[in-house]
Amino acid sequence: NGKKAREEGSQKKDRGKTAPNKDQKESENKEKRTTKRGKEGENKQKKGRKNSTSSASSNSSDEESLSEEELAMLKDQVEQKKKLISTMRNKPWRMVKKLSALREAQDFVEKFEGALGKGKGKKLYAYKMMMAKKWVKFKRDFENFKTQCIPWEMKIKEVESHFGSSVASYFIFLRWMYGVNLVLFGLIFGLVIIPEVLMGMPYGSLPRKTVPRAEQATAMDFSVLWDFEGYIKYSALFYGYYNNQRTIGWLKYRLPMAYFMVGISVFGYSLMVVIRSMARNANESTADGDDNNFIFSWKMFTSWDYLIGNPETADNKFASITTSFKESIVDEQESNKDENIHLRRFLRVLANVLIICCLCGSGYLIYFVVKRSQTFSKMQNVGWYERNEVEIVMSLLGMFCPPLFETIAALENYHPRIGLKWQLGRIFALFLGNLYTFLLALMDDVNEKLAEEDVVKNITHWTLLGHHNSSAANDSAVTPAPLDPADVPRGPCWETTVGIEFVRLTVSDILVTYITILVGDFIRACFVRFVNYCWCWDLEAGFPSYAEFDISGNVLGLVFNQGMIWMGSFYAPGLVGINVLRLLTSMYFQCWAVMSSNVPHARVFKASKSNNFYMGLLLLILFLSLLPVAYTIMSLPPSFDCGPFSGKKRMYDVIQETIELDFPLFVAKIFSYLANPGLIIPAILLMVLTIYYLNAVSKAYQRANAELKKKMQMQREEEKSKRNNKASTNPMLQDLEDLLTPSTKSESPPKQAEDKKTESPNGSSPARKPGRGEGLAGSPMAGGRGAAFTAPSPVFVAQPRTLGARAPYPGQPRPWGHPLGPVPGRGRGQPCYPRAAR
Amino acid sequence: MGNKQTIFTQEQLDAYQELPKRCFNKNNLAPLALPAVKAMLVGMTLPCSCAVSQDNPFRQRIAEVFSEHGDGNMTLDDFLDMFSVLSEMAPRDLKAYYAFKIYDFNNDDYICKSDLAKTVNKLTRNELTPEEVSLVCEKVIYEADVDNDGKLSLADFQHMIVRAPDFLSTFHIRI
Repeated sequence: NGKKAREEGSQKKDRGKTAPNKDQKESENKEKRTTKRGKEGENKQKKGRKNSTSSASSNSSDEESLSEEELAMLKDQVEQKKKLISTMRNKPWRMVKKLSALREAQDFVEKFEGALGKGKGKKLYAYKMMMAKKWVKFKRDFENFKTQCIPWEMKIKEVESHFGSSVASYFIFLRWMYGVNLVLFGLIFGLVIIPEVLMGMPYGSLPRKTVPRAEQATAMDFSVLWDFEGYIKYSALFYGYYNNQRTIGWLKYRLPMAYFMVGISVFGYSLMVVIRSMARNANESTADGDDNNFIFSWKMFTSWDYLIGNPETADNKFASITTSFKESIVDEQESNKDENIHLRRFLRVLANVLIICCLCGSGYLIYFVVKRSQTFSKMQNVGWYERNEVEIVMSLLGMFCPPLFETIAALENYHPRIGLKWQLGRIFALFLGNLYTFLLALMDDVNEKLAEEDVVKNITHWTLLGHHNSSAANDSAVTPAPLDPADVPRGPCWETTVGIEFVRLTVSDILVTYITILVGDFIRACFVRFVNYCWCWDLEAGFPSYAEFDISGNVLGLVFNQGMIWMGSFYAPGLVGINVLRLLTSMYFQCWAVMSSNVPHARVFKASKSNNFYMGLLLLILFLSLLPVAYTIMSLPPSFDCGPFSGKKRMYDVIQETIELDFPLFVAKIFSYLANPGLIIPAILLMVLTIYYLNAVSKAYQRANAELKKKMQMQREEEKSKRNNKASTNPMLQDLEDLLTPSTKSESPPKQAEDKKTESPNGSSPARKPGRGEGLAGSPMAGGRGAAFTAPSPVFVAQPRTLGARAPYPGQPRPWGHPLGPVPGRGRGQPCYPRAAR
Repeated sequence: MGNKQTIFTQEQLDAYQELPKRCFNKNNLAPLALPAVKAMLVGMTLPCSCAVSQDNPFRQRIAEVFSEHGDGNMTLDDFLDMFSVLSEMAPRDLKAYYAFKIYDFNNDDYICKSDLAKTVNKLTRNELTPEEVSLVCEKVIYEADVDNDGKLSLADFQHMIVRAPDFLSTFHIRI
């Protein structure tokens, strides 16, 4: 026994030791606790257990004689106890109480569970119960394991304690993105890249897989590789590498079909995951525009962030709380200044006009630069700058426009939170405009290439023919040697070009981000720290000082990066892999940068409402990146000599082909029926009507909600006015109140006169002694609720205080029952008020 | 949290293993050893200060609320209780209940004006003037008091706090 206790003690010691270091504290500990403590409980109360088991054994002999109703009742009780066990952790009891209740419930369940089955059925029932228990335990262990697998928990915790929950929310978002990208990478890598590499034709066997003869000399140069030309271009990273064979390898793997389906499922999975995350966020946040009702209460009770562990952050938090209180107090006390509305409106319109000009200007600049890069690519001696001009310009725009917007926005004079939303919206518009201009320019490029293709097709055809004829002429008996793949003239392969553009954009984006962090944060911090000793003004307090972590900028950058990945992954399957690497390194790099060079925000703000805002942005970007891909799949013909769809008229023909050739006949018929416009149009109509209906229902719920809120508000006001009225219109009770609590007497009249809601000790202190209120069975003393009863309550409680009040005076009848018993007492206590006056 | 100390130091762990031998008779070891050991071990230190940041203005209240006798010393059970409530998996109502107890400084099951004043002063480190403090307290009571008794009962508090968007994210400790 002693050993077992010590063992369990040491188990708990381990738990206690590791609890602060691991993050799976609660779920794991709770689960462990409920099982282990159940066991300990058994150990502790061995004697009690013996009793229960003996009673159980005596019960077992009576099992057969349990009747139907008793069985049903027993079953009910067992269910109840089980429910209690499962909701135990939600109850606000002390641990000791929880433990004893848990033990009791578990004992009960164990005792009677076996008794519920009858005869043979009993064994099956017991078996079922055991399997259910095992299944529950397995689920629990799996949950623990899953929680343990979550990466970077310690890092995020560290950031959180230094910088607060809003900065940490960026890193949590980053981690979530990493998870999504990992899944996408797994899909693409496992279903497209690996089959082609393992089972498809190797490098050099086909024209599309070989570097053309002309380029072979420079194919290994670093500068060429950096531009994703040369050997990289003719690798599994890009669309052009894939063969259009219908089935490959001994598995008869349908690669073109797989490629198409994986492309679609990338979008499908991302959509599902984003919407599920949004729904989860929406469930948690019950804030429904109730902002104005509880400003001060929320400031008081929810402003302190319990996660803060760093003294500097704590100082900042205290300061910001103080400032926030002072601001609200000032708001409360002052009336709004009369501003010149016309001037404000004019300034806002002016600011918006300026910003729209900036946006248009940046869009045109990008278009111009992309056009120029096309002419550059046709020239021979292009310098490094000319080759990368597009990416450089886009990155520079992304870096300098947001601060420009902020300065212009100073004209608008909005509330900071609204101003932040405008700023985010504008940056979003900037990035979006840039991206779409880029795409438009790219489309021009693609169309050019398509035109070129026809020409090249002819050339290829005639070249091959010519080669055959010439070799046949030499030796008619021997089969002609095939033309070396490197020599076959190639089509321009626009898909690979598009893929390359996206990959280059992503890589340059990565580089720019990292360099910005390095220079803008780290070098700046070093400069401020070390040069401060020999500088005229205080670098740390004034310009430039240490950088604050720009949450919204970083989140937007992440969102747009993901949009580019979604757009480019169809044409460059390797892009998702590059992104996974980028997110991984970004996590470590940014964590380090934040901890070493950033300071906590001076104005620590909340992370709560922004979560769904960022998810909404992500959803929007997802749709916007789906559009170009869908357009190109549906309307552009694939290249004739590269990619898995080469030779087809349209890319989606692969589905038709698969249905015809691989599935039995009736499936083709079913699909042809489904694709009938007569079916599709009614289906779309039905969906539109459903959306309309659901929208109407949700609006009705919102209205009902608002009505209920108004009712509650009105009730509150009513009770307040009732209470105030009652107190002032009953002078008798007023005097009694004065008598009861003379100390508050001077306060009560002015309080009522002000009609303010203040603490009223008169009403509340007696209410706290419910035991004394005899004959007051009906009055809800406990909470002082119900204005009707608060006023008379001092009257009744006064009775016990004046001792002997109940002993009736000789000659003083007590005609009425208990409720009016105190009347004589009162009469005694206040000789100047005759009973009749009541 | 900023605090790197583990909850049980090596000496404490050794003491933990030794205690049953030293303090109890071999015969009546088992049923008594474990709870007594727990109580004794954890009563020796004040683990609350390890878990909750030193800068938290409510750390004393947290210790008092979660300790068994309201004196600030916690047993292992209480300690786990505290983390259970302050974790991110605890339901909103449970957190609201314990938050209420923490902010109720005089333990009278109501948050009265003096409790509110103490809260404000702790939050702002006494930077506000007394008039400002009383204005804030009055506003809070005006906003949240539904049953009009001039102070916040548990029902009032819960009604107000479950609507707060930040409550769940600020009222939690990550281990």
